[in-house]
Amino acid sequence: MKNLGISLFAIAVLVTVSVGATSAGWSGLLTIVIPYAALAVFLIGFVTRVFRWTKSPVPFRIPATCGQQASLPWIRRNPLDCPSSLAGVIGRMFMEVFLFRSLFRNTEMEIAGQRPVYGSAKWLWFFGLLFHWSLLIIVVRHLRFFLEPIAAWVNTLAAIDGFFEIGSPTLYLTDAALLAGLTFLFFRRAVAPRLRYISLVTDYFALLLIMGVATTGLLMRHFFPADLLAVKNLALGWVTFAPTIPKGVGPVFSIHLLFVCALLAWFPFSKLMHMGGVFLSPTRNLANDNRMNRHVNPWNAPVKVHTYEEYEDEFRDKMKLAGLPLEKE
Amino acid sequence: MKLYNGGKIIAGMVAFLIAVTFPFWYGRGKTVSPPDLKLDTPTIEQLKEKRCVEPAAYMRASHMKLLVAWREGAVREGIRSYTATDGRAFQVSLTGTCLGCHSNKDKFCNRCHDYTGSKPACWSCHIIPEEVR
Repeated sequence: MKNLGISLFAIAVLVTVSVGATSAGWSGLLTIVIPYAALAVFLIGFVTRVFRWTKSPVPFRIPATCGQQASLPWIRRNPLDCPSSLAGVIGRMFMEVFLFRSLFRNTEMEIAGQRPVYGSAKWLWFFGLLFHWSLLIIVVRHLRFFLEPIAAWVNTLAAIDGFFEIGSPTLYLTDAALLAGLTFLFFRRAVAPRLRYISLVTDYFALLLIMGVATTGLLMRHFFPADLLAVKNLALGWVTFAPTIPKGVGPVFSIHLLFVCALLAWFPFSKLMHMGGVFLSPTRNLANDNRMNRHVNPWNAPVKVHTYEEYEDEFRDKMKLAGLPLEKE
Repeated sequence: MKLYNGGKIIAGMVAFLIAVTFPFWYGRGKTVSPPDLKLDTPTIEQLKEKRCVEPAAYMRASHMKLLVAWREGAVREGIRSYTATDGRAFQVSLTGTCLGCHSNKDKFCNRCHDYTGSKPACWSCHIIPEEVR
C-alpha cells in the first residue's frame, strides 16, 4: 500500500505544480519551456538507453522455444515459434510486437486438492493489447493538433474511432478501451495479493500517470471543453519553433500537458522502455539455428591455441625422419 | 567500444527519431496563420447591432454546448424558443437562426472546425442553405 500511496502523492504533486504554476503566471514555463525540455529528455534519454544496450554482448542463441525446432526433415517443425531463418524471426517479432503472442500463452496455476492445475489466463493479454493499441491510436489521433493541414489519414482514423457517434462530441472508442485496459491493469496490481506484493512505486506510477492523462483528456473533450483553437495554435507553435503562450486554455489542459511532459521525461528511466526493449529481446529476435551455424561466445577470452597443422609444420622434419605419417609432405 | 548488432539498432533508432519528430518535419518552414473567420455576410452587414445570440466570448468557447442544449430541448421536449441572457428571444433553429446570419458556412464554421480537426455531426441531419446536393 505504501508504494501505491507514494505514486498517488507524486500525481498530486504534479497537479499542484500545474495549478500553482498557472495561477502564479508561469504559463510560459508550463506551455513552452517544460514541453521542449521533456521532449529533449525523452529523445536523448531513449536513444542513450538503447545505445547502452547495444554495448551489451548478445548471448548465445537461447532456444526458449514453444515449438519444434528445425531438425530432421521428417520431424514436423514449427517455423513461427522456433524460427531458424530471418523471415521466421520477423514473423515471430511481428506477432510479439503487434499481438503480444508470448502473453497470449500466459497460464495460471492453482492448487486443486493436492496437485497443481494449470489453466489458460487470457485476461492480461486481452486488456494489455486493448490498452496498448488504444494508446497508439490516441497518440496518432493527437497529430490533428500538430499538423496543418491535417493529413487525411489522421481524420480517417478519428472518423473510424468515433464510428458509432455516441453522444456529442462523439465518444472515441479507443478512449473507453484505454480506460478499461488501464482499470484492469491497475486493479490487477492493487487487488491480487501476489501482484500487490511484487508491485513497486514505478508500476503504480506508470498506470496512474497514464490514467491521469486519459482522464484529463476525456474531461476536456466531454465536460470542460478546452479552446481547441488555442491548443492547436500552441501545438503548431511548438513544431514550427515559434511557440506563443496561449491565453485561457483552462486548468484541465495545463494538468493534461504537465502529465504528458512528466510521462515523456520519465519514460527513458522507467520500465516503459519496454517500448524499445521488446525489439531487443534475445529469446524473441534470435533465430534458433544453433545446429546450423557456429556461434562464438562474444565475451570469450582470447585463447592461444596450437593447431595440428601448426604442430606438423613445426616438427615436419623430425616426424619424417621418425617415419610418422604426415598430412602434408 | 564494441557494438553488438550496432548497424541494425542504429538504423532502428534513426527510424524511431524520424517517426517521433514527424510533426517537426511536416511543419518545417511553414508559417501557419490562425483561421480567418468571415463575418461579412449580407445579413450581418445589415444588422445595426452586431451581436450573436450570446456574447461573442461565450459563443466562441461554448457554442457547441449551446447547440447541443438547443438540439436536445427542441427534439426531446419541443422547446422551440430560446431566451438569451440579455432577454432577447430566438427561434431554436440551426438553419434558420444560426445560418440565417452566418450563411457562409465555408468561411465561418468550417474554418475553425477544419483547423482543429473537429467534425461536428450537425450536417448529417441539417441542410446547408444554397448548397447544391
